[in-house]
Amino acid sequence: MRDELSREVERVVVALDVNGERAELLVPVHKTLLEVLREDLRLTGTKHGCELGECGTCTVLVDGRPELSCLLLPVQIEGRAITTVEGMARGSDLHPLQQAFAELGAAQCGYCTPGILLSAKSLLESNARPSRDEIREALAGNLCRCTGYAKILEAIELAAERMG
Amino acid sequence: MTRYSVVGKPLPKVDAVAKVTGRAIYADDMLLPRTLHCRILRSPHPHARILAIDTSAARRMPGVQAVITGHDLPVKFGILPVTQDERALEHEKVRYVGDPIAAVAAIDEETAAAACDAISVEYEVLEPVMSIEDALAEPKDERIQDYGGPNNIHKLVALEFGDVEAGFTRADHVREDVFFFQGNTHLPMEQHSAIATYVDGKVTLWSSTQVVHYVHRALARVLQLPMNRIRVIGASHGGGFGGKTDPFAHEIIVCKLAMLTGRPVKCTLTREEVFYAHRGRHPVLMWVRTGATREGRITAMHFRTALDGGAYGSYGVASTFYTGTLQTVTYDIPAYRFEGCRVFTNKPPCGPKRGHGTPQPRFALELHLEKIAHDLGLDPASMKRSNFVKPMTRAVNWLRITSCGLDECAERVIEASGYRNRTRRSGHGMGFAISSYLSGAGTAIYWNDMPHSEVQIKVDRGGVTVYCGAMDIGQGSDTVLATIVAEELGLQPADIRLVTADTDTTPIDLGSYSSRVTFMAGNAAIQAARKMRSLLVEAAAAKMGCDSSEAAVVAGHIGDFSFEEASVLAEARFGTLTSAGSYTPPKIAGPYKGAGVGPSPAYSYSACVVELDADARSGLIDVNKIWIAHDVGRAINPLLVEGQIEGSVYMGLGEALMEEQAFRKGLHKWPSMLEYKSPTFLDMPEVETFIVETVDPEGPYGAKEAGQGPLLPVPPALSAAVHDALGVWIDEVPVTPEKIVEALRRKEKGEPARFGPARFPAIPYPPIIKVEPPPKDLDRASTAAI
Repeated sequence: MRDELSREVERVVVALDVNGERAELLVPVHKTLLEVLREDLRLTGTKHGCELGECGTCTVLVDGRPELSCLLLPVQIEGRAITTVEGMARGSDLHPLQQAFAELGAAQCGYCTPGILLSAKSLLESNARPSRDEIREALAGNLCRCTGYAKILEAIELAAERMG
Repeated sequence: MTRYSVVGKPLPKVDAVAKVTGRAIYADDMLLPRTLHCRILRSPHPHARILAIDTSAARRMPGVQAVITGHDLPVKFGILPVTQDERALEHEKVRYVGDPIAAVAAIDEETAAAACDAISVEYEVLEPVMSIEDALAEPKDERIQDYGGPNNIHKLVALEFGDVEAGFTRADHVREDVFFFQGNTHLPMEQHSAIATYVDGKVTLWSSTQVVHYVHRALARVLQLPMNRIRVIGASHGGGFGGKTDPFAHEIIVCKLAMLTGRPVKCTLTREEVFYAHRGRHPVLMWVRTGATREGRITAMHFRTALDGGAYGSYGVASTFYTGTLQTVTYDIPAYRFEGCRVFTNKPPCGPKRGHGTPQPRFALELHLEKIAHDLGLDPASMKRSNFVKPMTRAVNWLRITSCGLDECAERVIEASGYRNRTRRSGHGMGFAISSYLSGAGTAIYWNDMPHSEVQIKVDRGGVTVYCGAMDIGQGSDTVLATIVAEELGLQPADIRLVTADTDTTPIDLGSYSSRVTFMAGNAAIQAARKMRSLLVEAAAAKMGCDSSEAAVVAGHIGDFSFEEASVLAEARFGTLTSAGSYTPPKIAGPYKGAGVGPSPAYSYSACVVELDADARSGLIDVNKIWIAHDVGRAINPLLVEGQIEGSVYMGLGEALMEEQAFRKGLHKWPSMLEYKSPTFLDMPEVETFIVETVDPEGPYGAKEAGQGPLLPVPPALSAAVHDALGVWIDEVPVTPEKIVEALRRKEKGEPARFGPARFPAIPYPPIIKVEPPPKDLDRASTAAI
């Protein structure tokens, strides 16, 4: 049993750029970005629904593109810009997507909301006025069980209009 | 018409910013200093006796702080007093794959999981019982539970209201049908999670639960501690839909482990474990026989149900009654017989999911009436409407109907969808269905005469704090409380501080289930706020030297004073400013055993039209649009009401088309979010929502429920639309392409053009208890108790 205690866990030093802040961490090499964000950096705004890449809940942005943090290892993305939900607001000013989601009731339980906000942010950055079908396509990997997606769709459209 | 300042306005939820910034703290987000992590060892067998459990190797593992088994938590518990049949950890017998056996607290999750692997359990494997038919037969080995019976039957019910045989005799047409509604699960985005501490002889638990009070009760029972030594706090909630309404093993386990180790202990279920925790929709087999006149008026109905309950009781006794209860609050059925049966099987326990026990019979009832209309050559929607109940009446099973916007709901969706003049072409169809749901159960789960909800308000130098045990699970109950108190005190919801769902600091509320919070906590909040308002008004009027009626409460002012000034005047006059309100539902249950399930202070009503294209070759369905109208009494916040309606339609559509909890050789076929299909953004059609306001005489500002009822008409409307499109009946949920293709094949061969169960099994229902319908002078519903 002593073997179990002393089992060699390979650890690596990683330097992550999260929401514009650099963080240097010593982490087990197999620890996922999701776990490192939540447990080591205590950025608990990123949620987890399956940890198998199936639900989209843990979506973060890597260099502006949505990625599932449960399927990424920190060593894969060293030096690249990671954005979590905590990095969306500027000071106390909400991002237009956050503002629209709040105003229109697009977050009910709110658990899928961070991942959806980030997928939507990435969409609007590459396509400022997406059609409804383009929104549906871009968000198809993010499951939500509360809203029926209706208010989310409206909120993304409202944010796009305001940002436009 | 009364004018309100915040009630009826589409204001953002009070927790909206916390939710969109990631600031809301859910149970798994908590990490207290020295937290240990817990993993649970679960049964790999659907049915087995436990001969021995050896935890010695696990205990020796470095990093392991505690290992417990059923010997450490032997006291049984269960949500209903009549079915205390669960153990947090089972040491004698396991009854489904996933039944908890042992738990480990360790320095990290990996160590805890490795320790679980090191526990060896010796089993005597028993024959699993995996279907309703098997459960009705004599068991090959032994019964799953040692109560109920005969065989693996859990509960039997047989009730008759009015003279059913006479009703059938009087009918011009009598029809029988058999239906099946497959089980499905809640699939909340957040896995269940709980974290406990044990400090100074007191347990504190933060949990993702819908009902802090029932968890509190279960902990007291199993841990054998007085309730005052236990505090349960509802963490931010990541979705329930009924799936977090039972007390769960992991909640008890982390408390016990915290007591043993003196350290905080956290347990978050994996997604696979969430499928085993379940308590979802019961699979229900249904047989219904209805008599009708040539004009389509119902003369009598006989409804039989058989529920596959899974391995434990959960809410099952209530679920069984619910499969037979609410038929009468939408249609005027002059004579009604209900026979219900729930069986135990070796599957995760079923319980309450959105609509609790009523979506299944609603599916059967709506399609069955649709078929009768076809038999009689009548328009289904018109025939249904001719049978609608009227407001302010009593149903034959004594249920009291007050406000009822059913006909208006029907008219709105029929009109908007163009259902009457719909294009009739092959492959294109529209279906219509209606439903009703409770605004809270009229009786508590455990017998008591106390209020179901209590609210306290404290005003202190202008600051208003509302205390209530209600648990916001995303539906917006906190916003409803803040809105109501703000309305009464002339403030804005954002002005109100909330303390909710904490058994130490908040008065009781029975929690977020049975669509009860707006109605019950809402009424308690109105009462408390009006008492507070009168104190403030009295103090302001005294200072103004006028009558209380002259000190208006409006826009942050009371009379000539700001709210803050008025609160200072009132505090100087009366001392500490507190007020309280409570709500107890009226005693309106009928005079028979089982009458406690079904009564509600008010029923919501919904109507729905589904429009779709269905491909005869592939069986694929493309839902184009759904129209839904919902009688919510009064929309306290229309934004939230729309959200509940849209979410209900979504969940109903998922159940209708794809969601399915199925098993193979005792194993769940797809315990993952990828394989358990639920609708994505791409699967959701446009939904047009109509809010109908009937202003219920007893609801807060006239409000009724919105979170469950609008799910119910979606599956039958969808199946009716498939028939409209292709001329085949899919008498089974989910309505999948395979079933459609098979029904079309049968139709081509000249067999009955349907897919569904062939027959209903023989069930040893007990002798029928005959109940006299309510006397005529009770027909005009009043608030007076029977």
